[in-house]
Amino acid sequence: MSARTRELLALIPVSLLVTAGFAALLITRSADINEATATYGAVFLGLCVAAHLFIRARLPYADPYLFPLAALLAAFGLVMIYRITPDLARKQAQWFVFGLVVFCATITLLRDHRTLERYRYTIAAVSIALLLAPRMPGIGGATNGAYLSINLGALEFQPAEFAKIGVIVFLASYLRDTRDVLVRGRLPRLSLKHFGPLLIVWGAAMLMLIFIRDLGSSLMFFGAFLALLYVATARISFVVGGLGLFGVGAWFFSNHIQHVHERVQIWLDPFKHGVVEKEGYQIAQGLFAQADGGLFGRGFGRALLELPGGGTILPAPHTDLIYAVIADELGLFGAVGLLLVYLLFADRGFKTALIAGDAFSKLLATGLTAVMAIQVFVIVGGVTRVIPLTGVTLPLVSYGGSSIVANLLLLALLLIVSDHARREPGRGGVV
Amino acid sequence: MNRQIVQLFGVVVVLFAVLVAFTSRWTVFEASSLEDNPANRRPLLEQQKVPRGLVLADDGRTIAQSRRVGRGSAARYVRFYPTGSLFSNVVGYSFIAYGNAGLEKSENDALAGDRNELATIADELLGRPQEGLDLHTTLDPSAQSLARTLLLRNGRGAAVAIEPKTGRVRVMVSVPDYDPNRVPADFAALNRAPGSPLFNRATQSGYPPGSTMKVVTAAAALDSGRYTPDSVVSGRSPKVVGGVPLSNCCTEGNGNFGPLTLTEALAKSVNTVWGEVGEKLGKGTLLEYMRRFGFDRKPPIDLPRNELRASGVYDRRGRLLDEHDAIDIGRVAIGQERLNVTPLQMAEVAATVANGGVLMKPQLVDRVVARDGRVEERRKPERVRRVMKESTARDLTKMMEGVVSPGGTAPTAQIPGVRVAGKTGTAEVDNGTANQAWFIAFAPADDPRIAIAVTVERTQGEGGQVAAPIARAVMEDLLGKSGG
Repeated sequence: MSARTRELLALIPVSLLVTAGFAALLITRSADINEATATYGAVFLGLCVAAHLFIRARLPYADPYLFPLAALLAAFGLVMIYRITPDLARKQAQWFVFGLVVFCATITLLRDHRTLERYRYTIAAVSIALLLAPRMPGIGGATNGAYLSINLGALEFQPAEFAKIGVIVFLASYLRDTRDVLVRGRLPRLSLKHFGPLLIVWGAAMLMLIFIRDLGSSLMFFGAFLALLYVATARISFVVGGLGLFGVGAWFFSNHIQHVHERVQIWLDPFKHGVVEKEGYQIAQGLFAQADGGLFGRGFGRALLELPGGGTILPAPHTDLIYAVIADELGLFGAVGLLLVYLLFADRGFKTALIAGDAFSKLLATGLTAVMAIQVFVIVGGVTRVIPLTGVTLPLVSYGGSSIVANLLLLALLLIVSDHARREPGRGGVV
Repeated sequence: MNRQIVQLFGVVVVLFAVLVAFTSRWTVFEASSLEDNPANRRPLLEQQKVPRGLVLADDGRTIAQSRRVGRGSAARYVRFYPTGSLFSNVVGYSFIAYGNAGLEKSENDALAGDRNELATIADELLGRPQEGLDLHTTLDPSAQSLARTLLLRNGRGAAVAIEPKTGRVRVMVSVPDYDPNRVPADFAALNRAPGSPLFNRATQSGYPPGSTMKVVTAAAALDSGRYTPDSVVSGRSPKVVGGVPLSNCCTEGNGNFGPLTLTEALAKSVNTVWGEVGEKLGKGTLLEYMRRFGFDRKPPIDLPRNELRASGVYDRRGRLLDEHDAIDIGRVAIGQERLNVTPLQMAEVAATVANGGVLMKPQLVDRVVARDGRVEERRKPERVRRVMKESTARDLTKMMEGVVSPGGTAPTAQIPGVRVAGKTGTAEVDNGTANQAWFIAFAPADDPRIAIAVTVERTQGEGGQVAAPIARAVMEDLLGKSGG
């Protein structure tokens, strides 16, 4: 069976999920049935099949499971968002369509991902500019104390989502060049020339803590950076040193920057009297929602979300806390199922890295996969109180135009790497 | 590089395992403690989404119902009480912001439809919507309304009427009362209002019982075999009781009687006789009989525990006293000392004598019924214990009939064609400037169908003048209905 046929067959469970999900919602909310909702599933499936046909034409050898897994996540997200706010689901669907356009355009324009290496410094500069843009007066602005988005007219845009891809491309390319020196060099012989850029990345992560004031994005970037550094050099000392530096920096800033300090205090005790009604409300309500779900959950559309006086009991249920809504409605089993889908995606991503023929491709696939996995860890870990809660999206599931477009772009890059890797068998074998 | 990529995948697997562990922690292992967290409003909001069951009177009239507010997913249910103040203290109220009281609190699980876990899952699988169960009470609206009107005319007080054979509570009134529909708007004001309308006097107030206590003393005297109804005791006054002279104040002839039978002494309520009887019986015997009647512990009625009070002898700090404490038992025997009792307890005393000496568990709920008419639970009458021999109860009934006869203290309680047995009580309060008036009774004496206790606070009248007519009217109403 060809890879593409397997891909098409793998879309069947996706179609079942979308259909079953919308059917369940329509049954529980018979009050506001309307014609448009019934066709959602069909339109979504049509789009997926079209994208599949496009991949079949342009990237015939690419990994057959990456796209269906991403589609599964997006479908799941769409159903959840529809359950939370039907209007947002329509917008999210539009963003998904736009994301697919970007996806196809990337695949069409970028025949070989290795051309990206030529523009690595440009990409790095643009990424850093993107990250700092929310601090620019006029277009930037703070949400909950963190500078995460910029406003371009009517469009709100989260630059970190795109910057993460740019930074990974830069690091993959840069580490391919310098890894030999980094691997073999003894410490005294390693000059600033080799270490400089790495210190810059560390500095950038710290700067993000100061300027963007977002522990989550900072953790996500720095984690991906360490992962790539380790894969490139195999030196655990770099990872330990890097984690140490990040720890020291985070500790310093959590004691000296009010916003970060507050986040940490809430994390340590969200139920404290006087905190639970205000700053700790979000995390506490997220935990209450999960407790409400139990093993099997309340069922699609059955959990308590809307308050009698309007508004929702969970703040930001469609973005930051979507995982809590999922745990509430589908229970521990549903939530773990979702995590497994991400894990399968990571598995396919790392497999792509394993069979890729050259160092840049390996590092790029590793980095893209790692940054996605770490993002999942940062937001789900925040909602489940493993780490302080921060405002990054749950990739492909949370509501958010930038997020879905950026993650589809990430998927496009992974598929291009995969297509090249599987086209040239021998280096790692076809998996 | 491949080895490192595999190791990295391993790290990702570990990180995800941590996420799974924490998700299990919140969804399963610590779920119940999170549900009990005071900051968690979910359980309350959840309850609002389910219509509570109805509370119905004995004749099927609705006392409490849930009304839907809002539509679709924003729909919630709010309690409405069509009978207003009539059953306020016994049925109570249920509002999200103000909690529950009365039957709404003690029967919350049934009203909210929280049956056992298995039944709930079965309902879910069968697609039955979760609904509250209806509570059919034993309360009689017309007698309740009559008792309430008559009590309100006399200021503050309470009345409890019980079916002696079954323990079914037919009337439970406490005035002043309140309109439960006003709780959300006026909760703070109701809490501060003079006369504490939110306080159920029938089960929570400790009043000095006055001479109604002589029924308990007489039961102990006859049942212990130390006295008979015809035993002769000196009625002279004053007489030293508990080391302090006791006199029959305020009765005819300066309260100085010659030798009297116990029957006469009960009809005329002669304090010096019953004080002496109490002293002769002693602490051990009298306290033992009080306990048999249910004193010293909260009555086993289906109301919230915090809305019940144990009757007994209390010290100044609110501690219940027993045989080992210094108690002037002669004065306890006539309802003085530091004895205080609830109207419910005194109604049980009357009901026990009426029921041949057997105390029944007082109950407010007859049955719990599902919306589709299925009876989920039927509360059968329960016997608590035999308090006295049947012959004692028979003798005591005759003595109590003497109270309601023309020579007794309560001819006002007579009902034409019906034999009534009763006992008056008048306890001085506020340094003798006012009375706590009592009347306990049952009828018909030869086949009792209703027992009652009525008390009025701070009145100038005596039990026979103030409380007895109320008891008579309520008993007449209840007996008229049951065809007697």
